[in-house]
Amino acid sequence: MAKIRKVENKIKLGLELDELPEQLKQKIDEALKDKKVTEKQRQKIYEKAFEEYKKALVEPGESVGIIGAESIGEPATQMTLNTKHFSGVAELNVTTGLPRIIEIVDGRKTISTPSMEIYLKKEYENEEDVKKYTLQIKETNLSEISKEFNVNLEEFSIEVTLDEKKLKDLELTKEKVIKVLNKTLKKLKAEEKEGIIKLTFKSKEENFNELYKAKDKLKNVYVSGIKNIKQVLPVKKEEGYVLITAGTNLKEIMKLPYVDTYRTVSNDIFEIYEYFGIEAARQAIINEVYKVMENQGLNIDIRHLMLVADTMCNSATVKGITRYGVVKEKSSVLARASFETALNHVINAALMGEKDPMNSIVENVMVNQIIPAGTGIPKLVMDLDIKKKK
Amino acid sequence: MADVFLNEKYVGKVDNPKEFVEMLKYSRRRKEIDKNVNVYYDEELNEVHVNTTKGRLRRPLIVVKEGKPLLTEQHLQQLQSGELSWNDLVNQGIIEYLDAAEEENALVALQKEDLTKEHTHLEIAPFDMFGLTTSLVPYANNSFAAKVNTGSKNQKQAIGIYINNIMTRIDTDTNFLHYPQKPIVKTVMHDVMDYEKHPAGQNVVVAVMSYRGYNMEDAIIINKGSIDRGFARSTYFRPAVTEELRYSGGLYDQIELPDKDVIGYRSERDYRYLEDDGIIYPEAKVKEGDVVIGKTSPPRFLSSMEQYSLGNEGRRESSIAVKHGEQGIIDFVVLTENSEGNKLVEVKIRDQRIPEIGDKFTSRHGQKGVIGLIVPEADMPFTSSGIKPDIIFSPHSIPSRMTISHLIELVGGKTGALKGRQIDGTSFESESEVDIRKELLSLGFREDATETMYDGITGERMEVKIFIGPMYYLKLKHMVSNVIHARATGPIQLLTRQPTEGRAREGGLRLGEMEKDTFVAHGAASVLKERFDSDKVVVPVDETSGMLAIYDMYKKQAYSPLSGEEASISYIEMAYAFKLLLDEFKAMGIYPKLILKNKF
Repeated sequence: MAKIRKVENKIKLGLELDELPEQLKQKIDEALKDKKVTEKQRQKIYEKAFEEYKKALVEPGESVGIIGAESIGEPATQMTLNTKHFSGVAELNVTTGLPRIIEIVDGRKTISTPSMEIYLKKEYENEEDVKKYTLQIKETNLSEISKEFNVNLEEFSIEVTLDEKKLKDLELTKEKVIKVLNKTLKKLKAEEKEGIIKLTFKSKEENFNELYKAKDKLKNVYVSGIKNIKQVLPVKKEEGYVLITAGTNLKEIMKLPYVDTYRTVSNDIFEIYEYFGIEAARQAIINEVYKVMENQGLNIDIRHLMLVADTMCNSATVKGITRYGVVKEKSSVLARASFETALNHVINAALMGEKDPMNSIVENVMVNQIIPAGTGIPKLVMDLDIKKKK
Repeated sequence: MADVFLNEKYVGKVDNPKEFVEMLKYSRRRKEIDKNVNVYYDEELNEVHVNTTKGRLRRPLIVVKEGKPLLTEQHLQQLQSGELSWNDLVNQGIIEYLDAAEEENALVALQKEDLTKEHTHLEIAPFDMFGLTTSLVPYANNSFAAKVNTGSKNQKQAIGIYINNIMTRIDTDTNFLHYPQKPIVKTVMHDVMDYEKHPAGQNVVVAVMSYRGYNMEDAIIINKGSIDRGFARSTYFRPAVTEELRYSGGLYDQIELPDKDVIGYRSERDYRYLEDDGIIYPEAKVKEGDVVIGKTSPPRFLSSMEQYSLGNEGRRESSIAVKHGEQGIIDFVVLTENSEGNKLVEVKIRDQRIPEIGDKFTSRHGQKGVIGLIVPEADMPFTSSGIKPDIIFSPHSIPSRMTISHLIELVGGKTGALKGRQIDGTSFESESEVDIRKELLSLGFREDATETMYDGITGERMEVKIFIGPMYYLKLKHMVSNVIHARATGPIQLLTRQPTEGRAREGGLRLGEMEKDTFVAHGAASVLKERFDSDKVVVPVDETSGMLAIYDMYKKQAYSPLSGEEASISYIEMAYAFKLLLDEFKAMGIYPKLILKNKF
């Protein structure tokens, strides 16, 4: 969990600036690197750029939230409802479209189709390695690497014949498998006999029923790979290979030596938040929503999404835009009450003796006062005293 | 061996199921068993199902024996002369009804020419796959199925002559077309259902072209001259009904000219058409608010004293008046009594409806549209022979909808009108388009029904040839005069002091939550505030306690029962709905304390 520090606000707002921000100056410098520019000319360029910069700023009182909501909401009405589609190649199912956007914006802890895009380090980006690692990453259970499961009633044991080829692909040996089996199974004992793995009960009292149950259990025993990665699909892209997975496990994947940790991403925002913190989660929200919109051929200015992501993340945890999330944080009782479960908010506010500062839009519309936005912000009052003096 | 089920209940086994089924069918045709029995053999499951229950969908087919239909020319002649009837054919086993199950065993030929030895039945006519209204769409087999469907739905909404004793009966909300015509392009179904005795449309000259953009988005342009000549004129009927109800205590309503001391008396002007019996006279021209039937009711709650008082005292006015936005002429008055023996008065009001902008029209092919412009006849484009279209239809309505039948009807209509005959457009069995085109060519017109046209305003010749010809057009019952509504100020609701809702109550048009958002997005703060001023109130607020104060109208000052003399009272402008919210909080036991401060 990220700690909340109190940071003194040293950043000047756009309107308070009297010259170009340092970052933009650096960018200009970079662009002018190979050109002969005198210091005087440079300053002139800065000035011109600053004028443009000021024009591009959002004016005070602009209702960015509602404009953002309309800018995302309007194209969203054109989105094909309920599109489950295949990203890259077939077989792998990833939720996109409106359901995905709802999922992100609601801040759901468990998403319907968790998935990762794993990139390999440059030196491993060849067909052979990709194939090998595809198999190694995938969560593998015993039934996938074995040819046969036999119940030997005579000896009261289960006999497993392993698939040698698959073992080789996964860089496993029989010894390793036996080791894993002995580690995970508590009631059974595994040993090799004539190339076959033989499992017997440690205690003698077990009955046949238990034997069959154990056989079924055995099939799903985890042997190798990364847990939670149910499926791995190598996809060739222009720049190289990507392994698209069903299921995520950032923590384990990032530990693998052949994975390029800079490019590998998960689509699970909470997982990202847990391992990389709130800033990464914010970026993930923006990326994920933008990806869906782009997929549908819709064009939304990224700044609207940034605003959404900022509101979701500004309390240092990811909060959904729901009555349990962002709405709960609103300072106005009336504004909260106007959005779902009105009575709860009113009663709680009454118990706490809450005071509504009336400094936002909704509550002022309710009371029918001038809203503090747009033309409602500037206040021009005629000083009547001057008149009297005359 | 096969299992036999009677009405899906197991009854036994038969050795030779096919023979058994044939035997049953044979005896049914010979009337040894009831004609409503259907039987079918499921080869896969080796089961015979015999069904006699109600609720099965069945349809008639001509029985075929050895590749030859049992229905012969002789039968047809006898049918025409009236010697034979449909029931005779069914009884003779020439025509039989199959249900969905038995159809599985049958091989039905669509046309007589398709018959082979394997066929068991023949369709009576290929278009009988359509329902009644769908069969009324000419050349329907040329159009996209969904459009044929909407075309048939639209026809159900057309204004025509829905019943012949229209002048003597009273229905709610009915329409009646003034000069109906029989269609030039018709189908067999028009004859079958005697459509021409109660038609629902008129043949008008349609030009497929644009005219100053007023027919975009499915609108149509109408010639003012056609309207003046009576095109699509209709009458709208609406009754005003009331009865003299009896109440407990021997009290009852009274249909009469209300006395002036009745509670809720309107104005003398409103009662001006009423005769001595309190009922309006026929042929009176009424407008909204005019009383049609005068009525008074006894007071709602009787106090003990009032029972003994005399006269009209306490009676309420409960007359029936013409509704808001309506007008008309009184057609006739009916005085009768209902089943309980109460006096019942029904007044039929008629209103002539001349086509106006916004009225809905359609051809028979799902090509509906509203009038977008009414053009003076002089300004209408004309052909070289001087024909001016009655309707200008947009060409953009055709390609995406693929209503080819619409186009064929126009060509057919043109040929029929010129030749003076009706064209048969029955689906699958229509006169061929090629022949019609040839006929049109022989009449001295272009075979594709296009003509050179001239601009009605400038007289210039148009460069393109315009597709023009008569079509059957229907006026639909949705007319703007029934839905048009606007309001500036008007009635408000008692509770919220906000405008009432709905056209009948002269209501306001709500500026909803999302519309509000658009004002916010524009930053138009003052516009937003003024838009929501419909329930504005100025209330005195006691700043000491933060509660609403009370305004004393006698002393002309506000006081607060909570703070008494010390109260400092300010007058605050707020939405009445918010005042109600504060009241509700108080009722919940919540103290909504208002903290005031200067806005500036």
